[in-house]
Formats: sequence, C-alpha cells, structure tokens
Amino acid sequence: MEAASLPNGDRSFLERSPLARLPDRALKYGLTTLAALILILIVYFFIRLAGQAGPAFSKFGVFGFAFENNWNVSLDHFGALPLVVGTLVTSIIALIIGVPIAVATALYITELCPRRIRTPVTILIELLAAVPSVVYGLWGIFFLAPKLLPAEQWVADRLSFLPLFGGGSVTIPNYFVCGLVLAIMILPIVSAIAREVMATVPGDHKEAALGLGATRWEMVRIAVIPYCRSGIVGGAMLGLGRAIGETIAVTILIGDTPTLGHHLFGQGYSLAAVVANEFGEATGLHRSALFAAGLVLFVLTLLVNGVARYFVTRAGRGTRVSSSGGNSGRRAVGRGDTAASSTAGV
Amino acid sequence: MSTPARSSGSSASTLAAFAPSAARRRRDRTARGVIAALTALALVPLVLIVYYLLQKGVGSWSGSFFTSDPTGASFFKNVSIGGIRSAILGTIEMVAIASGIAVPVGIGVAIWLVEYGRTSRLASVVRFSVDVLTGVPSIVFGLFIYITLVVTDLLGRGLAGYKGALALSLLMLPVVIRSCEVILSLVPDSLRESALALGAPRWRVIGRIVLPTAIPGMITGILLAVARAAGETAPLLFTVGGANKLSFSPGGQMNALPLQIYNDILSPTTTVINRAWGAALTLVAMILVLNLIARLISRRSRLA
Repeated sequence: MEAASLPNGDRSFLERSPLARLPDRALKYGLTTLAALILILIVYFFIRLAGQAGPAFSKFGVFGFAFENNWNVSLDHFGALPLVVGTLVTSIIALIIGVPIAVATALYITELCPRRIRTPVTILIELLAAVPSVVYGLWGIFFLAPKLLPAEQWVADRLSFLPLFGGGSVTIPNYFVCGLVLAIMILPIVSAIAREVMATVPGDHKEAALGLGATRWEMVRIAVIPYCRSGIVGGAMLGLGRAIGETIAVTILIGDTPTLGHHLFGQGYSLAAVVANEFGEATGLHRSALFAAGLVLFVLTLLVNGVARYFVTRAGRGTRVSSSGGNSGRRAVGRGDTAASSTAGV
Repeated sequence: MSTPARSSGSSASTLAAFAPSAARRRRDRTARGVIAALTALALVPLVLIVYYLLQKGVGSWSGSFFTSDPTGASFFKNVSIGGIRSAILGTIEMVAIASGIAVPVGIGVAIWLVEYGRTSRLASVVRFSVDVLTGVPSIVFGLFIYITLVVTDLLGRGLAGYKGALALSLLMLPVVIRSCEVILSLVPDSLRESALALGAPRWRVIGRIVLPTAIPGMITGILLAVARAAGETAPLLFTVGGANKLSFSPGGQMNALPLQIYNDILSPTTTVINRAWGAALTLVAMILVLNLIARLISRRSRLA
C-alpha cells in the first residue's frame, strides 16, 4: 500500500493522507489487541486457577495430591488418585471401543461406500456430535446401563478369574458403561479427523496399489492406512482429550464413589465429575482441592491435545490440518478442517 | 496365483492370470463387510437415542409443558411439577448473549489471523492459544468464571445469567475463530489483490470483498458453535444458579434447558424424570434445527 518510489518519477501523489490511513491503522491495531487478549486470557486463566488450587497443593504436595489414594471430604484429606484413575480408565475404554469403529467409518466413507450414500452417512455420524452431553447421560443411565446390566453381570461372573473383571456385584453406573458412552461421544471427532487425513492420501498411491492387482482391502491396507497412521493416532489423542474433559455424562454414569473401583463394572469417580458434583457445597480446603482437580484436568487435556496436534500436523505434511501457519494445501483440507473443528470444539 | 498363465491364451485369460485368488477375494469381501458392519454399528446409538427420546419425550409434551415454569415440586402427587418454559427461554437468552460476545470477537481474531497476523510469531502464539482453549474441559470454564466473576467484586458477586453466558462464550470462542479462519483463508488472494490494486484501503477490502465472500461459510461454523453452546451443562453449573421462575434479566439467576435436564435426572421421582426426557427432546430438536440451517447455508457457500 505504501507508494513505492519507482525510478521513473515521483509517485508520492498516490499516497493516502494520514487521515485517510487512520481507519486502516485503527482496524489493524484493534484486531491485534483482540488477538493478543486471547493469549492474555489463557495466562490469566492459569494463574487464577493455580492460585485457587494453591492451598491444596501446598498441604498435600502436587504429587501427593495427584497420586494418593485417599479422597475423604469429612476428614478434609484430598488425594486424587481414585479420580485420576477413574478419568483414565473410562477414557481408555472409550478409546479401545471408539477408535476402531471411528476408523472403520472413515474408511467406509472415504474408500468403500457407494458415492450416493457418502453424504448421508457422513451427516449421520456428525449428528452424534450434536447430541448434548447431558442427553447422553440421560439416555445412558435410564436406557443403556439397565439394558447392559445382565450382560455385564454375565461377563463379570465368567471372567472373574481375570484381575480387571473382578467378580463381585455389577452396579448400574460403572466404569464400563461410562466408557462406552464416552466411546459414542468421541466417535464423530475421531472419525472426522481420520476422514480428513484419508482425503490427503495421494490418488497415485491408491491407483498404483490397484494397478499392481491389489484388492480394495489390500489397497486400503497397503496404501491408505500406513499413510494415515500418524493422523489416526492424532485423531485418537484428540478423542482422548475430549473423553478426559467430558463432564456431565460421566458425572451421571460413573457412580460418584471416591474410591478405586475394584473392577471394570464397579463405581468410581472422575476429576471432572468430582468438580461438577462437590463444588456447590465445598468450602475451604475442599474447594481448593476441587480447583486443584480442575487444574490437573486442565493440564492433562493440554498435554494430550498437544501430542494430538503434533501427530495430526505431521500427518498433514504441509497441508494445514492444525495450527501450523502454512498456506499450502489449505484448499484441499479446508472443508474437513471446518468439520473437524466444529466437532472438535470444547 | 491359482490360475497359471497360458502363453497361448486369449487376452481375457491372460488378464485372468492377474485376478486375485479366491482366498484373497474372500479376505477382501470379509474386510469390507466388517468395515461396513462397524459403520452400521456406529449409527446404532444414534437410532436408539432418537427412538427413546421420541418415545419418552413426546409423552410429556403437552400445551402446559411449554407454557408453564417448573415449580420445584416433586414429591407431592397433587402439585403439578410444571413445564420447561423458563428453561427454554433462559437457554435462548443466554446463548444469544454468548453469541453476541463470541461471534464478533471470534470473527475479529480470525480476520486478524488471516489478514494481518498470517505467519508472524504472534499469530502462531495466538493459534496455539486458540488450540489450548479448544481443549479446555467445559467444567473448567465454569470454574474460571466462578473465580473471576462470581466470588469477586469485579462485576458484583453472586450467580447470574450473564455469567453463565460468558462461560458459554469462552467455550464458543475457539470454535468460531477456527472455523472462520479456515473459511477466510479460502477467499482467493486474487480478489484481495485486485481490490488493493484498484486503490481500496485494507479495511474496505476486508469489509467489502473478503467478508461478503466468506459470510455463508462463516455462518455455518458459527451456527454449529451456537448449537454446541446450547447443549452445554457444565459451564452453567456454578454460574447461573438455575432458578425455576421465568426471568429475562441476565443480571439475576436464570434457568437453562441442560441444567433443568441435569437436575431432573438426579430426582428420584418418575414424573420429574419424564420431564427430563421431554426437555431433552426439546433441546435436541432445537440443536438439530440449528444444524440443519447450518448445512443448508453451507450448501449455498461459494467457497470450498
């Protein structure tokens, strides 16, 4: 916009007057401030949360808080191990069940399904992301959990010799049901990322495989999956981040018992659920411990999402799937990225 | 290869030499079958949820369900438990306030990222912050608003509708920024360059060229963010209060659909739980309508 001083003649008459340039400056600096505010918000966020969590951390120590198996409100003792374990166990169940299905849906949509039903299937999978968390909780506790109870009891009785399955009585809210509902909730986001990455597999690779006589499945196995591996890992990690942070459905389905459940079908608690449930009545050290739980949760999701972004970016190979600022390939993945970010939100 | 190639065959039998063996074809069919079956399996919960919502929810939909407020009663048989009017209107008002904050700020940041920040260091730091915000669990947003607004004298203590709306706007913000950024970056540079070459200042290029081109796509992303915020419970738990009475004043306690559903689930009374189903059906219907509108608009977008 600055008039360049070209060798042939003075072109300063092309320059705008300072007054005319004012709105431009105002817009530029206004927007820059706005963008910088986002950064300030995050930092402020951290400091406030850490400040509130301070008393609990200084009393029990950061590691004592996170890894001690003793959450006792009446004794004012707070070791969050049962909550951390509950969060991790339910999220891992969600991954084990959800990721293979999500990858299968992505493969089906991108490689195998008839063109006509591609869009309808995509929309239906994305609708799973539109159902609110509280509705999943409602459905899970009044429909899914009671229906699954006999099957869970059967499995628990048959497999009681295995350490994780325990024996013992199966309750309606438990780790497994909670993980299953989480699996349904993370399915659309993992599927969206996987689809997006699969869309970047070069047609040449697929055609080469088919040209060498591979069947469709062999083509998927040889050309598609190896190319997408790190993207799928990234998508799974994003799903994990989502599952770890999920609050209301877990609060309803995990059973609100701040002890380590002895088996998969026992009741437990999670970091997010304990905050949702106990914060209203908490005071003093208890309140601080809940802030600490929130902070642990925050840091955990931050780590998981960081790793996820790394993998997804690497899978993008220059295409802009994640936060790298490059311009190349934006067009190719733009659509998928919108879908993914709208499903990924929260 | 099960079929040996005959040197003196026709071209068809030569090709047959390359056909996959029966075992490979069987494996192919099996694998494709499994993948299709898993996809069908993924849709089973959706069908079940919609089915049960309709089955249980429609029963509690009646005229007074939408026109009366919850009374808070649950144990007395002869006292009506009331409907969900205050919850519906509360959700609409809070989501509107949240969008009123998140959408302009989000679009502003997205414009900055695409038009000014581009690949600068600040831009990559801002993108990273947006990613961090995306990953923050929704309950933590509730905690954040609680410590900054509910228990401090910054804007007055206590629970209030607008504080819940602020928590929702924090939740929407990263989604709005990300989707708008993607759409804005799809606007061809040639459009910007032609406008600049004609002598238009940057702000007019943004206002008259870039935004109008990008708006249909941005609306899609924004509506999806709105739909997401409408269904969130966790950020509202300790910010809005969850009053039963109808209130339009965001300075006081308000009710919201997800809160109403959550509280009703915890009740031991069947009639109250039925209200939760009715309210859930209402909420899902509202969100689906938003999604539908978003998709219709995205179909008309000229970009992507």
